[in-house]
Amino acid sequence: MMLRGLWKLTWIEIKIFLREPLGAFGTIGIPVLVFVVTGRIVGHSLAPASLAASSFITAGLPVLASVLIAISAVLSLVTIISIYREGGILKRLRATPLRPQTILTAHVVVKLLLTAATLALMVLAGKRYYPIGIHVPLFGFTMALVISTCSILSMGFLIASIVPTARFAQPIGAVIMYPMIGVSGLFVPVTSLPPALQAVARVVALTYAVSLLEGIWKGDAWLAHVGDVAALAVVFILCTALSAKVFRWE
Amino acid sequence: MECIEGLRTPDRGAISVLGLDPFNDVYKLQERIGVQLQQAQLQKRIRVWEAVDLWASLCQKNAIDGERLLEQLGLLDKRNAWFMTLSGGQKQRLFIALALINDPELVFLDELTTGLDPQARRAIWDLVRGIRERGKTVFLTTHLMEEAERLCDRVAIIEHGRIIDIDTPQSLVNRHCPERTVILATDDLTAAERFRRIPRVEVVICGDSQFTIRGQGDDLVTEVIHCLSENRIRVTDFRAILPNLEDVFLKLTGHSIRD
Repeated sequence: MMLRGLWKLTWIEIKIFLREPLGAFGTIGIPVLVFVVTGRIVGHSLAPASLAASSFITAGLPVLASVLIAISAVLSLVTIISIYREGGILKRLRATPLRPQTILTAHVVVKLLLTAATLALMVLAGKRYYPIGIHVPLFGFTMALVISTCSILSMGFLIASIVPTARFAQPIGAVIMYPMIGVSGLFVPVTSLPPALQAVARVVALTYAVSLLEGIWKGDAWLAHVGDVAALAVVFILCTALSAKVFRWE
Repeated sequence: MECIEGLRTPDRGAISVLGLDPFNDVYKLQERIGVQLQQAQLQKRIRVWEAVDLWASLCQKNAIDGERLLEQLGLLDKRNAWFMTLSGGQKQRLFIALALINDPELVFLDELTTGLDPQARRAIWDLVRGIRERGKTVFLTTHLMEEAERLCDRVAIIEHGRIIDIDTPQSLVNRHCPERTVILATDDLTAAERFRRIPRVEVVICGDSQFTIRGQGDDLVTEVIHCLSENRIRVTDFRAILPNLEDVFLKLTGHSIRD
């Protein structure tokens, strides 16, 4: 019964999202489009690629794209939750036999599905322009991405639990999320950061997500990244437990 | 109200609804009650039928036919409309539909007609009477005394969270506002003195040819008519003013402006 409710609500939320002006195009279309256009421009001049460039394209880019899309999904989750709270929609949904966790899970599932759809489209569209190795462990990478996204989403939920109004949701989310990217090793390897920032990097969940994603993409064994997975799990559990405590329905 | 519906945790005290504790048995309770919340919203772009369908899918027992419900509430031609495009009255009717979809024994309506125009308000009143006639208990809050008077069998007057009095609207009026007023117009200048002699008349005010007679009890109007016919007083206007629930409310809670 509850599963039926979850499925119905998830499906309705997907439809509502696609009805938003720019909803589908803005979230799925634009990243794919940018990806393809850049591919066309850069792709040709890349033929005998320099080593640095090609290693960025083959390893850095997919991870960068994944993380950025996951983060934008989280930011939109934060915004939607706070809009729903402000409008009394969360309260209205809660005054039904729907369990609170069902309502929130539905939103997370919607975001996961949209992230997956965007990335799948990118992979399909990118195949022509980017010399991604055939040896990429797609299944493993997907798993790593799901783990990372869940962990990042739980941080998003914590933010959604505490932002006062919908107006602040997006900026506060961005202020917390984007600096994490800077120290996460996405642009600059963590080891070449100043010691102070390295310390920061070690407590930022995104660092472990990036390390896991890059490792798995390059073909590392999961065993080599147990620490990353454990760190992400801890973040997930901590954030979920905390937001369950402080979440406000209205 | 939200404590009774299981949405808010009471600071202290105990609540029992249909024999259930709204806080501990909230899901069992929600199976048996229908709720319309004050100032609620739905997703802007959810369609009417999607909301009804979602709510219906949440019932343990069989939900009643959503299409029929929409028809009864006059929303059938709006079934594909987005929530954000509905008028205030249509939104309230949709919320009533959602409150009724699980065929509840007890329906809570919280300030149902606040902000609606008179036509929409009357249409909603008819719907509430319809729910009553189907044997459901309706529990509603309102600031409109006219609404309470027209719809309710029992009215509780609440001030600062305390019930001051609870009874049928008529009993409340009789108990707290027994005074009656008759306004009449006559050219007979001797009338004032005769009116003052009527039993239970307290005040007679005369201005030009108009008299205002105030007194206590149901019999006042009869007594005035009796006096008029006995003395063959010719009247050109005659109105009896009875106190209503609004007078009771003002009398019990005071006239000063409050928040």
